[in-house]
Amino acid sequence: MRYLKKVLAITVKDLLLEAHTKELTPAMLVFSLIVIVIFNFSFEPGMQNADIITPGILWIAFVFAGMLGFARSFAKEHEQESIRGLMLAPVDHSAIYLGKTLSNLVFLFCVEIISVLVFGIFFNINIFPIIPGLAVVLGLATPGFVAVGTLYAAMAANIRLREILLPVLLFPIIVPVLIAAVKITGSVFKGQPLSDVSGWLNLLVAYNGIFIVVGVLTFEYVIEE
Amino acid sequence: MDNDGNVIIRIEGLTKSFGHTRALKGIDLTVRSGEFWLIFGPNGAGKSTLIGILATLLKQTKGKLTIDGIHLGNDIIELRRKIGVISHQTFLYGDLTAYENLFFYGRLYGVDNLKTKIPRMLAEMGLEDWADERVRNFSRGMQQRLTIARALLHRPSILLLDEPGTGLDQHATRHFYRLLDDLHSQKRTILMTSHNLTIGLEKCTHLAILTGGRIVFSARKAELDGKDFEEIYFHYTEKERK
Repeated sequence: MRYLKKVLAITVKDLLLEAHTKELTPAMLVFSLIVIVIFNFSFEPGMQNADIITPGILWIAFVFAGMLGFARSFAKEHEQESIRGLMLAPVDHSAIYLGKTLSNLVFLFCVEIISVLVFGIFFNINIFPIIPGLAVVLGLATPGFVAVGTLYAAMAANIRLREILLPVLLFPIIVPVLIAAVKITGSVFKGQPLSDVSGWLNLLVAYNGIFIVVGVLTFEYVIEE
Repeated sequence: MDNDGNVIIRIEGLTKSFGHTRALKGIDLTVRSGEFWLIFGPNGAGKSTLIGILATLLKQTKGKLTIDGIHLGNDIIELRRKIGVISHQTFLYGDLTAYENLFFYGRLYGVDNLKTKIPRMLAEMGLEDWADERVRNFSRGMQQRLTIARALLHRPSILLLDEPGTGLDQHATRHFYRLLDDLHSQKRTILMTSHNLTIGLEKCTHLAILTGGRIVFSARKAELDGKDFEEIYFHYTEKERK
């Protein structure tokens, strides 16, 4: 219970920082919307096989937005070396990881919700009937992506070429979650039942479980000097 | 407390290597309750590494370290509750207010009654009128006073100070050392590092010289008996350079 309180303290601190500065979520959102708008101009309205291409566009937008957010979330911890302040606290360092993961998750969910609505307008997709299906795919794919992204952002934070290294390191690892997310989203757009993609859903569940546990177990060594 | 008298910090044969570089080459030091140790040394002597290990931020390569009866590596979380760290970096969030910073750290340390303790702490530091101001707008001296509040909020018995005077102007330095006097009079054990021989010398009870990763001189201040510490300092540090 104490541990959870400290995890939440770190998350609330990040949310408060964002409420004061409003620099992370708007930047992520703008980035995501730019991707959607650019792709919208690349494809003709009503084109054939749109349901095959559009899920990929949506997830590219989310991945770029997330990447921006992950890198920034740890940059803030290094401004006055406040990461050391966190490390000095009487709490297992995995709480820092979970707290940061949770706040990144909130930021990315906010961006995803707005982006999906804008995406529906631009690509002429009626989002409202497929909200439950989209909620399932976003709810399952985003945590795994954020868990890995937060861990790698912490790893890259102390490296000189972090802006370059973070995407290079992160992309290969998130390939499974991206493929699964695109497949499930495509199925949702076609109006198919989620049971048709249960294999991909199971993969996301397994991915989330594995990488959250890996993050919790390895974060101590990632931030160690 | 340690069984051996009132020893608070016991360091035996402490070494720390970063790759092939040996930052600490076998440190032995015993600090008793209520003592104020000032460790002087030139840049690169290993002062911050020593404080980093004592603060549990770094792991030693070799050697034994006991703080308030707890072996480093045993119950590290319990140990962290007993330690307050003040560095030249504030560890504060510039975009949070003074109150929010203390509230956050208070929650991390599991401090209760924060709503009454924080205003009191801010008043002690002369920052009560700045509680709702973002730390980014504070002067360096004010930030350092808030840093002290952050480090003391959980009432640690041991204070580790790593060159805390860096970047402070004359007024802020004076104010800071007055606060330090108060802290020492509250019977806290203080271990502070500095490269500036003019700062803190009159406040400490013990002093040591750390150079080249070794403590080459240590004494009670009373034992100096009017000897010129500056001469002693340069004698040892110059010898190491040669």
